[in-house]
Amino acid sequence: MQDIKPTKQVAAQAARLAFPYTIPIFAGFWFLGITYGIYMNVSGFCFVYPMLMSLTIFGGSLEFLAVEMLLSAFAPLQTLVMALMIQARHLFYGFSMLDKFRGTGWKKMYLIFGMCDETFSINYSANIPEDADRGWFMFFVTLFNHFYWVSGATLGGLLGNLITFDPKGLDFVMTALFVVIFLEQWLKEKKHASSLIGVLASAACLLLFGADSFLIPTMACILCLLSVFRKPIEKAGDFT
Amino acid sequence: MTLTQQILTIGICVLGTMATRFLPFLLFSSKKPTPSYIRYLGKALPAAIFGMLVVYCLKNVNILTGSHGLPEFLAIAFVVALHLWKRQMLLSISGGTVCYMLLVQIVF
Repeated sequence: MQDIKPTKQVAAQAARLAFPYTIPIFAGFWFLGITYGIYMNVSGFCFVYPMLMSLTIFGGSLEFLAVEMLLSAFAPLQTLVMALMIQARHLFYGFSMLDKFRGTGWKKMYLIFGMCDETFSINYSANIPEDADRGWFMFFVTLFNHFYWVSGATLGGLLGNLITFDPKGLDFVMTALFVVIFLEQWLKEKKHASSLIGVLASAACLLLFGADSFLIPTMACILCLLSVFRKPIEKAGDFT
Repeated sequence: MTLTQQILTIGICVLGTMATRFLPFLLFSSKKPTPSYIRYLGKALPAAIFGMLVVYCLKNVNILTGSHGLPEFLAIAFVVALHLWKRQMLLSISGGTVCYMLLVQIVF
């Protein structure tokens, strides 16, 4: 029989467990967030713009692009199509989290709202201890990452070009994060069909379609291949 | 652009983002059982997504010009080796990042 711990204690324990997972993201988000804030500042926007945009959109690549949109003529339909295309990969994250977000109560709304690439990757792959509360753990991962991004963007927007902030190569922290998460997944699975499909389909589409437009074809390829090879992949027994 | 148009543009970006984040949860409510094909996708997709995100991070690396993607390749090899050796996420990530920064700032 497990004793029932007060919510405050449960939340505090989850926050302590979640924090270390978000440290690399702190480095990456401050670097990118400050860069983004500076970019908005030098493009002529007051710091309120990067602050509110990072708070509400919370998705790096679209926010960078939004600066260009704000500087050109008003084109609502084009903006919507652009946003949907760039963010389409989140659909995959949602399908993967349907079960994991179950039973998280009011936190579920915020978990979905704040599900950026990095938050999804951590929340999906982290080994959360049995006695910790999954919902609160994922909540704090999301909250910490959100906070890093907003504070970085606001800081960049406030300081603008006053600071010369260029630790060259620090953005590699994000690549390293995804490499480690990919590797962990690889070590966990018995067969690597899905991992290989992901890497090869992305690489092939990148070569074919170029850096700016390879994500949508990649997603279509992954979906097709996973559907066609459903039987053998399921049979391989990585999951039931 | 007027302020209203700016607010609308940002609002549309928020709408587009949230549509992609919320749609799967709206389509498959937690009250009804999820179709088995979707359950399969939920389990098979993440491995492919992580592969895709690695490639996504490297999308602007050009292997034909400049440093030919050598610093990225070396730093990733370093991350993998370090992680297989110690299995410490933070160590692998910080070690790999420092390795990459040294490579692009000093070597290449």
